Amino acid sequence: MTTAATIAQARVASVRTDGPYTILAFEAAEIAASAAPGQFVNVAQDAFGCLLRRPFSILDVDGDRVEIGFDTIGEGTRRIAASAPGDRLDVVGPLGTAYTMPAPGGSALLVGGGYGAAPLFFLARLLRAQGTTSHMILGAATKGRLFAPDRGANAADTLTITTDDGSTGLRGRVTDAMDGIEADAIYACGPMPMLAAVAARANGRRCEVAVEEFMACGVGVCWTCVVPTHDEGYRHHQRACTDGPVFDGSVIAWP
Amino acid sequence: MAVDLTVDLAGISLKNPVLSASGCFGSGKEISRFTDLHAMGAVVCKTVTLRPRAGIAPPRGAETPSGMLNAIGLQNPGVDVFRDTDLVWLAQQGVPAIPSAGGHSVDEYVAVVERLAGAPKVAVELNLSCPNLEERGYMFALDATRAAEVTRAVKAVADTPIFVKLSPDVTDLVAIARAVADAGADGITLINTTLGMSIDIATGRPKLSTGTGGLSGPAIRPIAVRCIFQVAHALPHVPILGAGGVASGRDAIEMIVAGATVVQVGTANFYDPRATQRIAAEIHTWCGQHGIDRIADMKGRVKLEG
Repeated sequence: MTTAATIAQARVASVRTDGPYTILAFEAAEIAASAAPGQFVNVAQDAFGCLLRRPFSILDVDGDRVEIGFDTIGEGTRRIAASAPGDRLDVVGPLGTAYTMPAPGGSALLVGGGYGAAPLFFLARLLRAQGTTSHMILGAATKGRLFAPDRGANAADTLTITTDDGSTGLRGRVTDAMDGIEADAIYACGPMPMLAAVAARANGRRCEVAVEEFMACGVGVCWTCVVPTHDEGYRHHQRACTDGPVFDGSVIAWP
Repeated sequence: MAVDLTVDLAGISLKNPVLSASGCFGSGKEISRFTDLHAMGAVVCKTVTLRPRAGIAPPRGAETPSGMLNAIGLQNPGVDVFRDTDLVWLAQQGVPAIPSAGGHSVDEYVAVVERLAGAPKVAVELNLSCPNLEERGYMFALDATRAAEVTRAVKAVADTPIFVKLSPDVTDLVAIARAVADAGADGITLINTTLGMSIDIATGRPKLSTGTGGLSGPAIRPIAVRCIFQVAHALPHVPILGAGGVASGRDAIEMIVAGATVVQVGTANFYDPRATQRIAAEIHTWCGQHGIDRIADMKGRVKLEG
């Protein structure tokens, strides 16, 4: 799928922290206008000796603003997080596939692990606007690693928190919280093992997952960011950047 | 000032010396959302093999200082699908196409090139950095005899010029270049990636599923310039397609000064999807500022004395 992606010299509008994570908004009217939940932007950075852009799920859009939320795990993300309002970011987007919106009404289960939960907030807002009830599960290893739980409480109709160590919410994995929740469709984003576990509990319901893979180009030419699928042909490996990042969970050959 | 950027590459007239590097541009379709394919000389396509290939398991890439490692494993839909879709699309755009042929035996290279016969293209590049399955996986590009054998066999069935892409990971590059030139190569592409490795010290695991992979990007540019220079001096009549870390007009001109006729832009496309268009514009600007009327006049201008 190719969308109306553009390259923008985007003005940073705001940068703040939420726990260990950085929430950054930039102004890019064309990207904001065509973005959909699950898609990502690819942001250039200037860390010494680091060439590649850094891909980020779109956390939400508001008018001409695009918001991303991320962890600063290396020098590249640190440099982007160190931006100040008024600085320019070189941004390519929106890129990749989006979650398929369900028919209006009904209910959806949104499952996110760590900062991987970012695209679920954009999705929850659009679900609410069309009258679909959203149940969100946010999980992390420990309380301090949860991504934007306060925001989740506002964005979704119900919020369940899980932590591996029980420091807040239910002790356990996000999948431990799934069974008690009735929903017509499942939308997930996070690390591969979590997505595999969520997909395994779909029980025939539509389950869409947004994957996170190392990406070189983000635009479909390098074939670095692939995930294995059940396709037996040359498309056994499909690109997270253009065939995804949102895949039907039944398409992926989970490890 | 009007600057003439046209070049003659083994009898092929190109509007400028900026091409894509194989494997870094697809066939141009995805990246044409961002860059004007008509602003480059030709598209060198991602390597195709006789049969479809699914490539290797991820992880396939890792960022390294001023470069990156990759190991994709030649994932491609096979030459027939490529010819009937990608080459048709490029012809519809009016963009000169240079398919890249891969193979795991001499016969496979020949079969791929035969299946490209009559298809819209201006040349074919041979990716000799494929493991020779008839010789315990030894890369064709590492051995002058094998590289020449593929070149000779392909030339016998080719309907366009043949460019041979070589690896820098050899002891005597000039000997291999001479062997493929003697076997009929119409041009030599220098260089393919150089073999590298990166390890996650926390887990002890290599960052690529294959352990080792190809290093690309500006990190390897001086190696590419050296290879171009050495081959251009030894074989001044053989056109050279320079590749390896070209990220700016300056870098492109450096390779031309070293002896290349054209350059191929690879990894730069990944972080700047407009790289080919930008680099062509930068060459034009630099020539204008320095009173150069024709980019072709810059070829081989490196000064070794004085």
